[in-house]
Amino acid sequence: MANILAVDDSASMRQMVAFTLKSAGHTVEEAVDGSEAFEVAKAKGVDLVLTDVNMPNMDGITLTRNLRTLPNYKFTPILVLTTESSSEKKKEGKAAGATGWLVKPFNPDQLLSTIKRVLG
Amino acid sequence: MNFDMSQFQQTFLEESFEGLDKMEAGLLTLEEDSSDVEVVNTVFRAAHSIKGGSGTFGFSEVTAFTHVVETLLDQVRSKEREFTSALGNVLLESVDVIRHLLCAVRDEEPIDENHRSEVQSKLETMLTEVSNSSSDSTDEQNEQVVSKGWLIRFVPKAYLLKTGNDPVLMFRGLQELGEVQCSVDIQQLPAFNDFNPEDCFLNWELTLMGEVSKDQVEEIFEWVDEDCDLEIEPFEEEHLEDPSNLEQAESPSPAAASSTTKERTTTKSTEASSIRVGTDKVDSLVNMVGELVITQSMLGQLSEDFDMSKLDKLRDGLSQLERNTRELQESVMRIRMMPISFAFNRIPRMVHDLCNKLGKKVDLRMSGEGTELDKTVLEKIVDPLVHLIRNAVDHGVEDPETRKSQGKEEVGVVHLHAYHKGGNIVIEIKDDGAGINAQKVLEKARQNGLIGAEEVPPADVIYDFIFHAGFSTAQEVSDVSGRGVGMDVVRKNIKALGGQVEVQSSEGVGTTFSIRLPLTLAILDGQLIRVGDSTFILPLISIIESLQIKTKFMKSLAGKALVYKLRDDYIPIIRLHSTMGIEPDSLELENGLLVVVEGDGQKAGLVVDDLLSQQQVVIKSLESNYKRVEGFSGATILGDGTVALILDIPGLIKYSHGSTRDVNFNLAKELEEQAVQMA
Repeated sequence: MANILAVDDSASMRQMVAFTLKSAGHTVEEAVDGSEAFEVAKAKGVDLVLTDVNMPNMDGITLTRNLRTLPNYKFTPILVLTTESSSEKKKEGKAAGATGWLVKPFNPDQLLSTIKRVLG
Repeated sequence: MNFDMSQFQQTFLEESFEGLDKMEAGLLTLEEDSSDVEVVNTVFRAAHSIKGGSGTFGFSEVTAFTHVVETLLDQVRSKEREFTSALGNVLLESVDVIRHLLCAVRDEEPIDENHRSEVQSKLETMLTEVSNSSSDSTDEQNEQVVSKGWLIRFVPKAYLLKTGNDPVLMFRGLQELGEVQCSVDIQQLPAFNDFNPEDCFLNWELTLMGEVSKDQVEEIFEWVDEDCDLEIEPFEEEHLEDPSNLEQAESPSPAAASSTTKERTTTKSTEASSIRVGTDKVDSLVNMVGELVITQSMLGQLSEDFDMSKLDKLRDGLSQLERNTRELQESVMRIRMMPISFAFNRIPRMVHDLCNKLGKKVDLRMSGEGTELDKTVLEKIVDPLVHLIRNAVDHGVEDPETRKSQGKEEVGVVHLHAYHKGGNIVIEIKDDGAGINAQKVLEKARQNGLIGAEEVPPADVIYDFIFHAGFSTAQEVSDVSGRGVGMDVVRKNIKALGGQVEVQSSEGVGTTFSIRLPLTLAILDGQLIRVGDSTFILPLISIIESLQIKTKFMKSLAGKALVYKLRDDYIPIIRLHSTMGIEPDSLELENGLLVVVEGDGQKAGLVVDDLLSQQQVVIKSLESNYKRVEGFSGATILGDGTVALILDIPGLIKYSHGSTRDVNFNLAKELEEQAVQMA
């Protein structure tokens, strides 16, 4: 099972995501925005990042871009989980190096199966 | 997976209400200065989170409504729309509507459709107004390619699933656009032995019915455009020849929708009991507990082979234990403390609305928002606070013309200030308005028979009359602050919290209301006193001094009421033993002690046999454990396990002497006359 970093500025969303992931046996690190997530990722080493887009301080796309500059995170799956569904944002996300784009509201089973797949 | 979302609903509601507060504060800031990008972002993010969260929880009314708000804000954010004060006002109204919708969800109450649709149509008008801006023209171009339906051939590459993309998700996306029918081609599916479950062997043909642009369809598949072969063609009738072959796509059933009903039934019971605590507070608590465990194990070790030579160690250990307990207690109490900004948050919006309504200009200043107060006290202080601010804006601050003609700045100042003073929190509401007309108050008081026609009491006594029931000098009834009905309620509510409210005013200069509140309702600094065999607790805060009784300062009035001359003052004496019906040590007053106490601005002397220790006591409510008893505010359990009653000083004074100030007032007069006669 994987150690997953869940990034969202909304506490309820973090709780739900963490609950879903934990119930599937994953361990979860949490961060409230991109900059905290970046520090957590550097300090702890995670197998997968699940991030929101719209957040204070550092948004999810910038986070993705920044993570890709770290040698340890060149190939780590980064999934974006957001209400944002505009094609520009998606393109931006893909260009930044995101592995996938999931649109909220999320379905726990889908989230888990997606995670399972991208972890290989 | 069994997934019960109701457990997160509480958090969602809390953060949404916080988000609404942020939106409100942000919108008010933007009205002053709309150029602050960070504020726009904050407001947008708050709306965005509420929309996202409510979608997840299946609160579709909230999602739909917030979506329009978010769209408008997004336009402001991307500089497609200017932030006007008209827009600000509509958005502020929307905040109210969202708050109302969320409350309705929380309390399982019906929503006010009229108000919602009214504001929603305002929002939509705003939204359409912008279509002359540049961005929409491109949108229109894109939407030119609209067909009645689309035929989509979707052939994903074998590795598609490994990129984290799920065709089902995309199909559901399509389903949101219109009616979808779907057939799957399983020809590529290999024999079971060759089957690699991580590869995708399927391809699909979908029909999407509805007035949808090609762009919208492309958008769904955008993430995978390089990972599949995709054909999108306008739909023609003949494709629909054999519907029986088409497999109906699974209809979307987000977990949210199915669990909505359940979550509504479970939340009510839990909602009132949640509190958000900073991690630092929890950390310090954990530390304390650690210390406590160490002390306990030390004492445990000591007790294994204890003899009298180790008495000192035992004492040290016990005092350490005492320290730990006290610190732990303080930390736990601190958890209940919240910054007063929670109560202040609502104020700017209210003042803004009031000013609009009354045509006044008010500069609201707030300071000391970080001052912490017990959660219960905080929740209950909001209403009185709101009332006083309303009064300040409505009755206090004059309209701009009047102010100008009096040489004042057009913009009135209302200052809300919170600070610590002694063991109390003081909240001041200060305006630089007209002040209270003492003459009017006095006349009214005479009319109401609160005071004799000839008496001219000091100013503070006059101002105090405004706290009497049904007392108003307002000429006309206004729907903003009514007719002064409520000042008595304000005082009553504040008193119920163990607090006090006072008013100072100066005509033409302004009025200041000061609310004094205890830090917490649960713990009290107490002075233990003894009368006969009984121990009572006096709130330390109400004690002014204690003294040995000297008979020469005692006077009796009309043969019954006893008073004591305290310097230049006379104070009534309350003999606790007779009030409580206890046998005292001695009936001779000079053998006892006089504790001078103050409650409700009145002093009294309590005769007690002895003063014992001072200590913090945990207040247990008499109402909830027994029943209300006049003269006591509660009870506590002492170290030896006995129950001691906590004296309610104002109540006691009232109880012993009938109705209050008049008695004192007359008392002092009578004494003066006596003194003159004696001299």
